[in-house]
Amino acid sequence: MLKPALALFRRDLLLAWRQRGGAVPVLGAFVLMVVLFPLALGPDPALLARIAPGIIWVAALLATTITLDHIFASDHADGTLDLLVESPAPLAMHALAKAAAHWLVSGLPMVLLSPLLALMLNLPGHVYGTLMAGLLLGTPTLTLIGTVGGALILGARRGGLLLVLLVVPLYVPVLIFGAGAADAALNGLDAAPGLMFLGALLLVGLALCPLGAAAALRAALT
Amino acid sequence: MTSDADMPELRAQRPVSLANPTRFFRVANRLLPWLGAATAVLFAVGLYLSLIASPPDYQQSETVRIAYVHVPAAWMALFVYVLMAVASAVGLIWRHQLALMAARAAAPAGLVFTALCLATGSLWGAPMWGTWWEWDARMTSVLVLLFFYLGYVALIDAFDDPARGQLSASILCLVGAVNVPIVKFSVDWFHTLHQGATVFRLDGPTMHASMLAPMLVMAAAFTLLFFVVLLWRMRGLRARARIAAAAATAAAEGA
Amino acid sequence: MAAEGFDAWLAMGGYAAYVWPAYGLALVALVGLLLWSILGTRALERRAAKLRRTREEEQ
Repeated sequence: MLKPALALFRRDLLLAWRQRGGAVPVLGAFVLMVVLFPLALGPDPALLARIAPGIIWVAALLATTITLDHIFASDHADGTLDLLVESPAPLAMHALAKAAAHWLVSGLPMVLLSPLLALMLNLPGHVYGTLMAGLLLGTPTLTLIGTVGGALILGARRGGLLLVLLVVPLYVPVLIFGAGAADAALNGLDAAPGLMFLGALLLVGLALCPLGAAAALRAALT
Repeated sequence: MTSDADMPELRAQRPVSLANPTRFFRVANRLLPWLGAATAVLFAVGLYLSLIASPPDYQQSETVRIAYVHVPAAWMALFVYVLMAVASAVGLIWRHQLALMAARAAAPAGLVFTALCLATGSLWGAPMWGTWWEWDARMTSVLVLLFFYLGYVALIDAFDDPARGQLSASILCLVGAVNVPIVKFSVDWFHTLHQGATVFRLDGPTMHASMLAPMLVMAAAFTLLFFVVLLWRMRGLRARARIAAAAATAAAEGA
Repeated sequence: MAAEGFDAWLAMGGYAAYVWPAYGLALVALVGLLLWSILGTRALERRAAKLRRTREEEQ
């Protein structure tokens, strides 16, 4: 049951690396969105430190979203998806494998790059740990929710724009708990509740999102 | 899978009470005039009670009258979403076209109720809290709900194949139904974290009967109006399916 | 109702600028929703009936 999903996972990583430039485009978008804020709001270090967690979280959320409209599109176009539906392994496992590969080339690089951006935004050092832990727990949930959205919009008119409308409202809890935890740490409060809620969301997402994505993929193929 | 298009004719022989579309629409059409009349009467009574017969609140004075449209709109915003989620689940599990149709027909009404709830809430907030918008837990949750409705309406019409749009939007509706309580919880948490400058409660300690009566009558009027709209829109969807079916047969004959 | 009472009622205790727009918006939204639903359905039903008639004539 695991073997086909693992094969799909490896294939997706390889494709991301060879065809889509790996993590470079999504990281570029992530950094650019963060850079826009000091340019718009001015370089006041105190202000930037105050809003840094929120900026980094919103940028990570939007960068994830814009990469997701193609998560199933090429597989849909070349018929891979039809084969996956026919395969004996459950479709939900395949969706999970695709989500994992997607997160490794988009979510994880953003987590690793976030300290650099925090540095540019003058975030105090003691918040780094919470920010990164939150992103580490939160970005996989973003990807998992996004897989459902990416499957729902397969073949839709103006799918990319539609995906933003569908997925961003679903991201609200992740954003609140993630940015909230970092904000709590920034203000010397306990960040643990926010991080725990993020972990809970990740578990719920792991359990439900692959099923939702599988249902949406079946709807796309009927 | 059967599409919307051939639904009424194919399923006409099924011996199931109101789940049978032909029978459903026959009963619905007989019901509609009565429902419409009852809605009009309830609105007349409700408006009389809320604008003329009820006293001003001792704290909120005359602005409390805004509540008689705001609160029913908020109730309907939630009620319609719950109804859509149940109908989508029934429609997805048993492939019941009538249930999917009901969910689809309800969505624009839910969207209107949600927008009305936000707009009237804003008009109430301006004199009472001194601000048109407050990032209060309830307002934020309703705002997110508005985006769920918008997403549903946008997704259902985004495909060339209407059956596909229907299926995808139903899945989205269920995903949203799981998410709505989580959003509500997270927004409550957000609110306690960012304790705002204005601390307030919408509802007073207890509600006097003179205020409860207009509220309930208006809520009943809103509910009946919703069902009138729902039945009309379902009829519209049936006509649309027939047009699509006719176009499909015409195309098949032409080829 | 006396003219004075009517004016007082219209003034809504000084909150006329908030109460009346709320009711006005509700009226526009709900009547609009109802008319949109009824007229839209009627138009679709007319088109469906016309299509059926042309098909019957063809046969």
